[in-house]
Order: sequence, then C-alpha cells, then structure tokens
Amino acid sequence: MKERKKRKQRVIITGIAGRLGLALARRLHRRFDVIGVDRRKVKHLPKDIQFERVDIRRRRFEDVFRREQIDAVVHLNIMHDPRSTDAEHHDFNINGTKKLFELCAEHRVGKVVVLSSANVYGPDPRNPQFLTEDAPLMGGQNFDGIRDLIGLDMFCNTFFWRHPEIETVILRPVHIVGQVNNAPSRFLRLDTPITLLGFDPMLQLIHVEDLVSAFERALIPGIRGVYNIAGPSPVPLSYMLEKLRRKPRPMPEAMVRGLLKMGWAIKVSDWPWPELDHIKYVCMVDDSRAREELGFTHTHEIDDIVREILTRPLK
Amino acid sequence: MFQKIKSKVLGTVDRIPKETWARIEEMEAGQNEYGFDPFGFEPEFLKYIGPPIYFFHKKYFRSKITGLENVPDTGACILVSNHSGQIALDGMLIGAACMFDKKRPRMIRSMVEHWIPTLPFASWVFARSGQVTGTRDNARLLLERDGCLLVFPEGVKGISKTYDRAYELANFGLGFMRLALETQTPIIPIGVVGGEEQIPSVWNIESLAGAVGIPSFPVTPLGALPLPVKYHIHFGEPLLFEGKADEEDRAIRDKVDVVTKAIEKLIDNGLTERTGFFF
Repeated sequence: MKERKKRKQRVIITGIAGRLGLALARRLHRRFDVIGVDRRKVKHLPKDIQFERVDIRRRRFEDVFRREQIDAVVHLNIMHDPRSTDAEHHDFNINGTKKLFELCAEHRVGKVVVLSSANVYGPDPRNPQFLTEDAPLMGGQNFDGIRDLIGLDMFCNTFFWRHPEIETVILRPVHIVGQVNNAPSRFLRLDTPITLLGFDPMLQLIHVEDLVSAFERALIPGIRGVYNIAGPSPVPLSYMLEKLRRKPRPMPEAMVRGLLKMGWAIKVSDWPWPELDHIKYVCMVDDSRAREELGFTHTHEIDDIVREILTRPLK
Repeated sequence: MFQKIKSKVLGTVDRIPKETWARIEEMEAGQNEYGFDPFGFEPEFLKYIGPPIYFFHKKYFRSKITGLENVPDTGACILVSNHSGQIALDGMLIGAACMFDKKRPRMIRSMVEHWIPTLPFASWVFARSGQVTGTRDNARLLLERDGCLLVFPEGVKGISKTYDRAYELANFGLGFMRLALETQTPIIPIGVVGGEEQIPSVWNIESLAGAVGIPSFPVTPLGALPLPVKYHIHFGEPLLFEGKADEEDRAIRDKVDVVTKAIEKLIDNGLTERTGFFF
C-alpha cells in the first residue's frame, strides 16, 4: 500500500519581492509550500510559489490565512525608505506587524519569525564591544529613522507573554552584505567611499545567504526567542576597504556631516547623516546564543564576501 | 609621501634589540584569522608605537623594574596600580615593562574612558594598541579570554593630585574587586614611584576644568611636559581573594583595603630605596 505523502509545511513570506525575501524563497520552496506576499511587483520567483500582491494592512490579506492552514510566517515586510516620512514608516511597519500577529493568533499559526536588525542597539561610544540580546535598544537616541524598527522589535517582544502558544523568533542580524540593496552593501560598493578622518571602528558583516540559513534554523519547531546573528570575526572598516582595493577619502567628521545634510536637503544624496555613526563607533553583537541554541554557523568568510562584492555588481 | 613616512616609521623598529622584538612577535595576543582581536587590537600595530614607547621606557624615564616574575606568563590576571603624574604615562610604562622586559612578553590591556572613542585618531590609536573602552562587560570578556587587565582604581582623582599630596592614595573604586571575585582572578599590586615628580602640580582649578570640559586643570610651574624623572615600578606578589562578588560595599571595601595596603607598602619601599628624583 502506498503511504500517503506527508503534507508539506506551509510558510508565508511577507515582503518576498525584496532581495532577502527572494533569496529565502529560493532556499525554502522545495521543502515548504511557500506563499509570498508583497505590495510590490515580484520578478524571478520560482514557479511553485504562490504569490499574492497585497498590502498586509488591507482586508484582502486576511483571506490568505482563511484559505489554507498556515504553519509559519516569516515577516520580512519591513519598510526602510529614508525618503519616506516617519508617519508612513510607523503605519506600515507597526500597524502591518500588528495586523499580521493578530491574524497569526486568530488562525493558530505555530511560528512567527521576524527580521529586526542589530542596528536597533545603535552605534555608541559607551557600547560594550559585544552587545547581548538583553542590551537596551538605544539606536533611536540619535537616529529617528530607526525608531519604528525599535518599536516593531519591542512589539514583537510582547508576544512572548501575550501569545505564549506562538513560537516567536526575532532575528537581529548585523550589516547584511551580498546581493542586497541596503546602506552597508551600497557603501562597500563605492569606489571612493568617504570615511571619517581618524575613525576606524570594528565591523561585523553577514552574507545574505548565511542570514537565510539562520532563518531556516529559526523555522525548526521548538525554537523561540531573540537572537543576534553575526557572520565572520569582526574586522576594522579600513581592512575591509583595503581588501576591496577601494580608495577611501577620509574627511573631517563635521565636513562630512555638513555635506550630507546639504546633499539630503537638495535631494542629491539619500544617506541619512545620523547613519554616519556606523562608520564612527562600534555596534557589534554577541551571537553566541544563536550559535548554541539555533546551531547557526556562517559559511561565508570575509574573503568570500570581498570576492562577491568585487565580482557581482548589484543588478 | 605617505609611503615614505611609513617606511621611515617602520625603520625605527631597529632601535629595539632584535631578540626582544622577536619575542614580541611570537607573543600570543588572541588575534583572529585576520590579525585583529575582537577589541580592535592589531599586534602588527606595535611596529609603529613600539619604538617610541621603548625610547621613553629605556632612555627617557630609564624605568627600574622589580618583581616582574610576579606577573604570570599565561592566564587571566588583574594588575592594580597607583595613578599619578597629570598625564597617564604610568600605564604606558607598566605596559612597556611587561612587553620589553618580561621573558615571555604579555600584552597589557587597560580600560580607557568613554569619551576616548569620540576623539578622532585617539579612538583609532587606542583601539589598535589594545586599549579597551571601560565597561564591565568588556572587562569580563577580556578576563574570559585570559587577558591581563591593568586598572587604576583611583581614576582621575589619582592622576590630578597636587604635589603636596604626592604618593597618597586617593579613594579606591570597588569595581575591580567585584570583578576579581566573580572571575576568580589573581590581583597583582603595583607601586609606581617617580610619576609624581614628572609634572608637579600646585593647584587643580576644578571650576575651569568643568567649564572647559576636561577632567582636571592643573597649574604646573615647571612646564606641561614631563621631566626626565626616573621611574621605579615594583610588582608585588599576587593576591587571590575569596568571597561573593555581590556582597555589600563594606565587605568589599575590606578586601580592597588589603590591596591598598600592599600598594602603599610597595610605594614606601620604593621611596626609601631611591636616592633622587632623576637617578
């Protein structure tokens, strides 16, 4: 007698149209039934993935949960567009997440994995060299743009006691590099990056494929909690730029800040100037909990990251 | 031009005796596969700061070192010293003693103030030469990694003393003792003699220091540059304390007093031994 094939676990990935979402979808779609949700258009999605183009704040999103039993949700749908207003950020990120969690509770979804960031701790001269998951989220003290992410992270934290039956996992990765379009990845792709004269902090980077592995581990039943995710051993910024054969332009901090503020005001630059603190102070995390409890290991060393940045431009 | 300066600076490494330098290059400093330790210390960087420190240690201050065998070759330890001299050169010289004079060199890590990372260049030089921002987590991590930690429990109070209070110990902080109890780390007391005479200060204008935003504003009639005094650095025998780290301040204070007494004794011995300020 032929045994009935076990039903594949069904996973929703919100924000699947982003580069991280696509990378995750490509890794998961053979083992899981993946349903992708995004309000943006999506390209190059594997054929067996069901895609819903919907804003997660809308009513139509609820239908995705009603149609089929969902086993897990990976929530990547977090907006970070420096040019858009704070109100829009808060509405989309926090209300969207609230809606998602409500639906998960209502439809008895067993697992929710949320993407946060190590930037919620914030670069600061008083930081210990390695921040643990219990460190306060101070990223907003100088940088308003990160406050909605901190709010989101804390909101997800309340789920540990509000809905203990849901396994909530919050991942806080360090600077993601590779085929992603974010500030660190773009900065390392500049030929003549501007650096701050006399500052050379230690950096932690993680390759996007390693982060995908961390998400894979987070989907394992029984895993819950907050995890810092870091890749290879930390190196100074100057070491990274030297490996990439860049020609950095060190400039006095006040000048860079002034230029960036001006560039921002006349809309020739999209770099928010408070983010300069990331090339000034340390903001590194202790990822030992992820390595012990999740069994997470990185496979991309600094040399692999350098090779990738040099050989594969962002499309 | 930058290359020229670099090769010139690197050339000065020859001023350090060959065998001393060879020992330093072999030193295990806990660096990762890229040549940096997690705090940003780069052993390669010693090539740049080693020669000037060697000059100050051997030629300018002619430091006399005793009891260096009390510093263990491996394993975590906390060095506790008196602090003096308006400029913190005593830390540099203790580091130099453990680096240049010890048979198996040890890298001394000290904790720096929180505002150091906000200064351009200083933040970079201090990090590359192994100095660490002073937080409790950092100290704990350093000891876990079998580091050798140098602390000055007197802090700025010790360094900005006026000359009439020379070689008096200011009130010791308790943090180092709690750390030692928690991690079961031996404490090595150090008495530094000579530092008080390098820039004698007659008055500390605290109101002015507060207004400018610096830790102290000393009035120094003999100029602001250190005089070529002779430093005498005495390392005492290791002290190991037992007890709970979270006891009341009073109980911890008793243990700290034992360290204070040991340092006072080392300083007194040093003061009676020396025959003058400059030789």
